[in-house]
Amino acid sequence: MKIPLSWLTDYVQVDDLPIEALRQRLDLAGLEVETIEVIGYPGAELPWDPKKVITAEVRAVRPHPNADRLVLAEVDYGGEAPEIVVTGAPSLYDRLGEANLHLKVAFAWEGAELYDGHVEGWRKSRLKQTRIRGEPSRAMVCSEKELGLSEAAEDILYLPPDTPVGLPLVEVLGDYVLDFDIKGPFGHLQSVYGIAREIAALYGRPLQADPLNAAERLGLEPAAAGDFVDLEIADPELCSRYTATMIRDIEVAPSPLWLQLRLRRAGLRPINVIVDVTNYVMWELGEPLHAFDYHEVQPRPGESQPAIIVRCAKAGEQMTTLDGEDRTFDDQMLLITDGEGPVGIAGVMGGLESEVGNATEAILLEAANFHFLNIRRTSQQLKLHTEASLRFGKQVDPALALPAAARAVELLQTVTNATIDPAIADLYPGKPEVQTIALDPALVDRILGVEIPHAEQIRLLEALEFKIDAEVMPWTVRVPSYRLDVRRPIDLVEEIGRIYGYDRFPGTLIEEPIPPLRRNRALEDEDRLRDMLVGLGLDEVITYSLIDPVDEERLHPEPDQRLTLPGEPVALQNTLSPERSQMRRTLLPGALRTAWANLRYLSRIATFELGRIHYKVAEPDAATAETGVEEPRRLSILLTGPRTPLWWREAAAEPLLDYFDLKGIVDALLQRLNLTEPVAWAAGNHPSFHPGRCAAVSVAGQVLGVLGELHPLVREAFDLPKQPVLLLDWDLEVLFEAAADAEAAKQVGSLSPYAPVHEDLALVVDEAMPAVSVERVIREAGKPLVNEVVLFDVYRGAQVGSGKKSLAFSLSYQAPNRSLSDRDVTKLRQRIIRTVERELGAQLRGG
Amino acid sequence: MSSFEALEQLHHQALAELVDAATTEALKGWEDRYLGRKGQITQQARTVGQMPKEARPAFGRRVNEIKTLLEQAYETRLAEIRNAELQTQMTREAIDVTLPGRPMVPGHLHLTIQALRELYDIWAKMGFEVYEAPDVELEAYNFDLLNIPEYHPARDMWDTFWVKGTNDQQAGDRRLLRTHTSPGQIRVMRERYPEPIRVILPGKCYRYEQITVRAEHQFYQMEGLAVGRAITLTDLIGTVTQFSHLYYGADRQVRVRSSYFPFTEPSVEVDTQCILCGGEGCAVCKYTGWLEIAGAGMVHPVVLENGGYDPDVWSGFAFGFGVERPAMQKYGVEDIRLFYGNDLRFLRQF
Repeated sequence: MKIPLSWLTDYVQVDDLPIEALRQRLDLAGLEVETIEVIGYPGAELPWDPKKVITAEVRAVRPHPNADRLVLAEVDYGGEAPEIVVTGAPSLYDRLGEANLHLKVAFAWEGAELYDGHVEGWRKSRLKQTRIRGEPSRAMVCSEKELGLSEAAEDILYLPPDTPVGLPLVEVLGDYVLDFDIKGPFGHLQSVYGIAREIAALYGRPLQADPLNAAERLGLEPAAAGDFVDLEIADPELCSRYTATMIRDIEVAPSPLWLQLRLRRAGLRPINVIVDVTNYVMWELGEPLHAFDYHEVQPRPGESQPAIIVRCAKAGEQMTTLDGEDRTFDDQMLLITDGEGPVGIAGVMGGLESEVGNATEAILLEAANFHFLNIRRTSQQLKLHTEASLRFGKQVDPALALPAAARAVELLQTVTNATIDPAIADLYPGKPEVQTIALDPALVDRILGVEIPHAEQIRLLEALEFKIDAEVMPWTVRVPSYRLDVRRPIDLVEEIGRIYGYDRFPGTLIEEPIPPLRRNRALEDEDRLRDMLVGLGLDEVITYSLIDPVDEERLHPEPDQRLTLPGEPVALQNTLSPERSQMRRTLLPGALRTAWANLRYLSRIATFELGRIHYKVAEPDAATAETGVEEPRRLSILLTGPRTPLWWREAAAEPLLDYFDLKGIVDALLQRLNLTEPVAWAAGNHPSFHPGRCAAVSVAGQVLGVLGELHPLVREAFDLPKQPVLLLDWDLEVLFEAAADAEAAKQVGSLSPYAPVHEDLALVVDEAMPAVSVERVIREAGKPLVNEVVLFDVYRGAQVGSGKKSLAFSLSYQAPNRSLSDRDVTKLRQRIIRTVERELGAQLRGG
Repeated sequence: MSSFEALEQLHHQALAELVDAATTEALKGWEDRYLGRKGQITQQARTVGQMPKEARPAFGRRVNEIKTLLEQAYETRLAEIRNAELQTQMTREAIDVTLPGRPMVPGHLHLTIQALRELYDIWAKMGFEVYEAPDVELEAYNFDLLNIPEYHPARDMWDTFWVKGTNDQQAGDRRLLRTHTSPGQIRVMRERYPEPIRVILPGKCYRYEQITVRAEHQFYQMEGLAVGRAITLTDLIGTVTQFSHLYYGADRQVRVRSSYFPFTEPSVEVDTQCILCGGEGCAVCKYTGWLEIAGAGMVHPVVLENGGYDPDVWSGFAFGFGVERPAMQKYGVEDIRLFYGNDLRFLRQF
């Protein structure tokens, strides 16, 4: 909200404060100033040189000897002799031949920097001495555009008649416009006067004028009803007060310069005196006003007085708003209606039919109060946000309605010079009680940690217009009607702290001992896993939790092989785009899309993601009872591209990453987690994977997940290049549980001081026999002396026969307490061979 | 020629040939020729038995002398040759030590995780442990219980993703993607009551807003909560100041401004002197010299009550930090979308 400093000075002295210091003090108190626009003063877009841009008076207008459309103006700028200025200003041309004029203008000497008024846009130029059609010219009378005040360049700017001559213009029209970003629903800060009150409290300065007692100044007596309007509030819960002021005999004309300037500086567009005054009062006091054309407000059938009925809409009721849009209402939306139908949406926007126009002679001015939540709801439902709805939505003091109406009358009287004979009707069914709060001043110390003396606390609260009865403890604090945000003792504590100034607060540390500490195993597990995977050469990614639901389809290209994803998806009601419309139930799309995006720039991708998936469960358990959503942690790994980066020495025989690269990472990971033994491997069956290159992994009977090569059709569906893409998709809850069990069961093995005996064993088995089964049988049979079983060769060929393969293992035997004899080794070897023959039908190769 | 003369001649001949032996193979041949089982010196020693008795001691002694001398000469020569051969070999083996090494591909932790770990470490020193809460939340936890009722103007501060199919449920019961980590405050309080609390609440948050270089629909936040029997605003100021000193450096001043959050009162904004310009004013701090680092405040009595803690007995503070923003400021990252767009060229720089 933009507030010109010059407007604030109507109510509190601020012009003696350096602008930056003021800003900092306001910031500190929670009145954040986002930007300061400087007008005329140093630092402005166009600073007005105080010596060269000054106030002056046009005394006479004479013809230009050589030009029809130009005139010579005789200007008194406070110097010894008047300056003759050549000008084409139409309004001066109209005064051609007149003398003894007293037209106050902005006057610029040569050397002054101004905007060029004759070109499009904003181009600065320096005023030079020249001749215009033969007449010398070294000064000018300025238009608003030339001064940077508005785009008006046709005519010159006229200053108020009482403007002294010869003053620097910056002293008259210079300004700072503070753009406030007030956080929070504080209706009382949405106005010039509200900010002025805060400044007065912060600096301990008095408020200089009271814009709220215009009714008394004007001697206005409101009546509960008048003969000029038939007023009814059908729903006092939603409309606590409605005042209607009839004002007659108004001439709809432009507002005077000072009012226009203030509105423009506030960011509002001047329209005509009626609209401008309602806007002005809204800005000044924070009470939104609305003016109806009195003659357009219809009486009830059979009646003659115009009627205003505030009621909720009938569902489906319609009206065209001021912006020309046709609106349809639901039955919770509050309307202003007349005898025939809606004339406005309460607190949001007026209707087009009753709009004030140039032909308007009389207005019915509404100053009312509506329930803030209702206004916010209506505004949100209709997606119609206005200055009025914004203010009402932050709660406006109902006590403000009448003073605001009176203030509007006062201003209209001032700016139109008309004799207004207003009549005010005031219906106030929802007049609130005066709020009092019991405050124990000890609370201030308990919450703030700073001892502020009682007298100081009282002073700070009184500066904010609270009334304190400190006779008995706790104190009784009367809340000003406009402080709708202050209802609890804590609210007063904040006010005291804020005005006292947080910059005066020391820093302390909590005195109490640290509460009982807990380990966070979940986080420890995650971080340990992350470090392992990074150590294995993988880059961590964190992808979007919101994905494109179509990606789930892309993961199972063969329609008969449905992908089983857990639960039901968590889809969004409101979405930014289809690509971000559902919470992921699998990490795979994120991994694949990351690969796709990176393959544009990189050839080798090796990534992992450790993250949560989200799905609705049909039957929530204790953990998911509240949200109905399960969020387990999962791990994905993706590899694709060259096995090693390009190197100068050997080129790899198989240059691309394949299944065994991923398996190697997994083997290493399982080893680090002490899970090599407990984990069970089997051929996997997952629709996203190559059916012959997918492993299913489980541990302690629980499914850990799959790993393998991506199905070629899925690869195509994700637009990935024709090369193996290796993927892993695991359940981390299962992994971490197994790792914790393994860790708990772990006992260190003895380290034998005796040298191991090595030997090789080649076994011929059926082609379909998984290598891991052979290894397991060898280990079992060789217990406890076998301590290493390493598969080092797989051979297929004529020598072993078709449908068979030879697996060559390197074994090492070792006893903890002695060197093994040849007899030991032979016995062990025989036992292993007998067992594999018996259990697996294996044959010793060459045996 | 007497046997002595012949012996001496053999001695000289052997020494001369030793000098000529330039390789280990030649040396081996020399050893066989002179000192081996059939070597000439060995054979000379065998002739001693056939000599007249009186000549035997002198000749025998001399043969042994020569044998020892030649053995010594052989060892010396062997060392020389081995050394020379080693030198040659090593010269041959010389490599360009500047050639690239066998590529190891290092992995990288995501920048966000690195940033979070830094925060965890600092807060752990101050006794704050990590507490995690769900991403898909109940409206009540995200808003109502945090003193933000339906249609309350404070809700304007968060643009919310709502979960489909829960819209017709009662207000408060609807599901949403948490817009901040604050719902965890209620969860941790309800879980821990009546213990005092010191936790940080990190996590992914979601906002229904247009994605730009400055705003993402998904980001991380890290909230902190301390609840105790005598916690004050000055404790909050001291604690965040200590954090700032550890995180941004002890030379950076901290200031606290009044602000508004519905779930804290008093509410404050915490600023630290700009990390780049140190308070002089620059583009990063928008020429104010200060960077906003956290929103914070004393836990609102309504929130304490909703968490199960009697506000007449307990008090507490809460604060919320961005996770990406400080990293962006520190490393000059201008586009927040780089974080979860996962351009590896970006992530591998950390």
